[in-house]
Amino acid sequence: MLSFLAKRLAQLVPTLFFVSILIFSLQHLLPGDPALVMAGEERDPAVIEKIRQQYHLDKPIPVQYVYWIKGVLSGDFGQSLRNNMSVLNLIAQKLPVTMQLGSMAIVIAFMIGIPAGIVSAVKRGTLWDYGANLFALWGISTPNFWLGIMLIFLFSIELGWLPASGYVPLSENWRASLASTIMPAFVLGNAIAAILMRHTRSAMLQVLESDYVRTARAKGLSERSVILKHAMRNALTPVITLGALELGTLLSGAVLTEQIFSIPGFGKLIVDAVFNRDYAVVQGVVLVTATIYITLNLIADIAYILVNPRLRA
Amino acid sequence: MKILRLAVMALALLTSSEASVRAETTLRIGLSDDPDILDPSMARTYIGRIVFAAFCDKLFDIDEKLNIVPQLALSHETSADGKEVTIKLRPGVKFQDGEPLDAEAAKFSIERHMTLPTSFRKSELASVDHVEVVDPLTIKLVLKTPFAPLISQLTDRAGMMLSPKAVKEEGDKFGLHPVCAGPYKFVERVAQDRMVFEKFADYWNKDNVFIDRIVFLPINDATVRLANLKSGSLDLIERVLATDLKDIRSDPKLVLSTTPSLGYQGLTINIANDKNKGALSQSEKVRQALELSIDREALNQVVFNGEFTPGNQWISPTHPYYQQAFPIPKRDVAKARALLKEAGVALPVSVDYMVSKGAETEAVAQVVQSMAAEAGFDLKIRVVEFATTFKESQAGEFQIFQIDWSGRIDPDGNSYIFMHSKAPQNDGGYSNPEADKLMEEGRLTGDFAQRKAIYEKLTKILLNDEPIIYIYHRKYLFAQSNRLEGFKPMPDGIVRVIGLKLK
Repeated sequence: MLSFLAKRLAQLVPTLFFVSILIFSLQHLLPGDPALVMAGEERDPAVIEKIRQQYHLDKPIPVQYVYWIKGVLSGDFGQSLRNNMSVLNLIAQKLPVTMQLGSMAIVIAFMIGIPAGIVSAVKRGTLWDYGANLFALWGISTPNFWLGIMLIFLFSIELGWLPASGYVPLSENWRASLASTIMPAFVLGNAIAAILMRHTRSAMLQVLESDYVRTARAKGLSERSVILKHAMRNALTPVITLGALELGTLLSGAVLTEQIFSIPGFGKLIVDAVFNRDYAVVQGVVLVTATIYITLNLIADIAYILVNPRLRA
Repeated sequence: MKILRLAVMALALLTSSEASVRAETTLRIGLSDDPDILDPSMARTYIGRIVFAAFCDKLFDIDEKLNIVPQLALSHETSADGKEVTIKLRPGVKFQDGEPLDAEAAKFSIERHMTLPTSFRKSELASVDHVEVVDPLTIKLVLKTPFAPLISQLTDRAGMMLSPKAVKEEGDKFGLHPVCAGPYKFVERVAQDRMVFEKFADYWNKDNVFIDRIVFLPINDATVRLANLKSGSLDLIERVLATDLKDIRSDPKLVLSTTPSLGYQGLTINIANDKNKGALSQSEKVRQALELSIDREALNQVVFNGEFTPGNQWISPTHPYYQQAFPIPKRDVAKARALLKEAGVALPVSVDYMVSKGAETEAVAQVVQSMAAEAGFDLKIRVVEFATTFKESQAGEFQIFQIDWSGRIDPDGNSYIFMHSKAPQNDGGYSNPEADKLMEEGRLTGDFAQRKAIYEKLTKILLNDEPIIYIYHRKYLFAQSNRLEGFKPMPDGIVRVIGLKLK
């Protein structure tokens, strides 16, 4: 186990190094000049030159990379070209927002997807089943932005129940915070709920036809106990793994959803930074995201090994 | 059923938070973008100026008729040779950190704008040689050459006064905790989310400040911004879409305000900036033909429901400096064709037409394209992402570049930097010594009649040479809830918070 961990951790270093080079070079392939974008309407050549010097934009790209990576290794991700805020602060400000949104979306996805999947499997061929399938089809095929705008129209404009956009931190007022994130979380969770429902349904159908379920029924257990205690537990294992994998979908979905609801999270941070050619911010955000992914993967691998000793070899 | 009841209760709980009693009044303003740094020396964006107006007073301001009026200054006087400007300061003004605004502080602020390496105010104050303290409430700007637009520069960021103590403490991080002498003081900023300001108790004009807090919320999407206003989450929004105006007018809870913009939408033509010299650069006749092929009023109707103002000069027809002697020419396809024939160019005239991405700008380009086609032009629209247009235009990688200039209070700010042969933003490479001379002369005198006469000669040359074909002038469009009282749109499109009340 220890040697496995050591091996995996050793792999982490070259992976992140490669990622950092990739981010850096892709970024510089974007057309446009960050100093000019930053100056905008105030195009004073002398000042623009000063800005290039200050941010090392006048140096060759490999040299710029060295400046950046040196900073990163000492914990300094640089500062935003646009508003001079430290990139690390920006990330610390935005990450919790997206994490809150993501967790709420996952909870919503599980709360909708799993019961719907179970019901449609148990009531296979009935109206319940068709209804749940219809929902799944709708959930998968509805674009995020459309659903978002429709929800705003219904709950904010017509009914006036929820704020149309913006974000209130949990620490400030938890009720207002939930009110400000429930719609975007639903939009994000909806698509995942649909996928979860489909998988729960097929897993459930498989399990319901297995021998042990037949045995349980033969023993005279109530249908409720057969489904909830015996069938569901087994059916859900792969579904939960799937749910974890969908975390990736969540991050990419957040990019669009945060834009619609003006949620100041990770997604909005990177979109705005790309459009403003705010190099330091883009690099910082992508590097942190990559690190999160790689770490999650590592944790998943470790968890598998803990669960299934056969993989340890 | 239980679940349903639970859900209803949860929703009720969530929504009830909205109903909490408002002890203090908060004005929530929806902005179309997140501003850049809140440091008056280093700031670049137009949107940032709206935020500055809430917390950074300037030496001078403008009124609804574009007259320059005192703000932190009481008066200004220019010497007979135009090379010395004496400014008297308002007594008893304090910065938000309690420091006094005196002549030393004013000198300090202007010098910072002039000397900070990354200051974008340098070119605005380039005419200033140095600043002198005359007495504790008087400063003198000594100029290198007379520069008529100087006072108008001091109605914007170059005229904003910064607390010297705060600047010394924060250095180039001043923009993260700005301290000025305006009606509200900075509380916090969460990038892309909000900027919060609260009433400054020692403000010099505090009797006219009625709202306790102001929160600026950047919301990029115009539809979502309007939705927030309708749902009551915002009290005022800027940059309403022209196509939404009908909807707003029909809503009894909303109030619409409009005012002509100081800027323009124009087609900058590449006359002599490298590579892309095409037919348009060969002869002014080709450019004149292009102008004659455009029906500005029809374009305004099609794209903006007739809400904007068609125009043919670098300032809008409602501006005091507009030259009535040169009205908008009527569309004349036959004449346009004749001009093309005279110029001897092969038809159709193929032109690369760069437009920055955006529903409105692209629609304008398509209308221009189809109108010009009838006269014999083949405009090839190339939609480029906004951030890329800066580099392409500077490098001359275009034949036509459709630009949206936000405009400046002084007419010089709409002409010199784009058309003077040595100006930094003359992307089309236009050069006419006679026009250069007139633009320089226009900077020397502050007398309205004299300047207008100079600009009349300039307009005549420019309308013949056509380095930029002006199409229309937008309007600043604001929508507000009827709870808000006292809002008056100003010619620069910046929201003034003095006198605003919430019912």
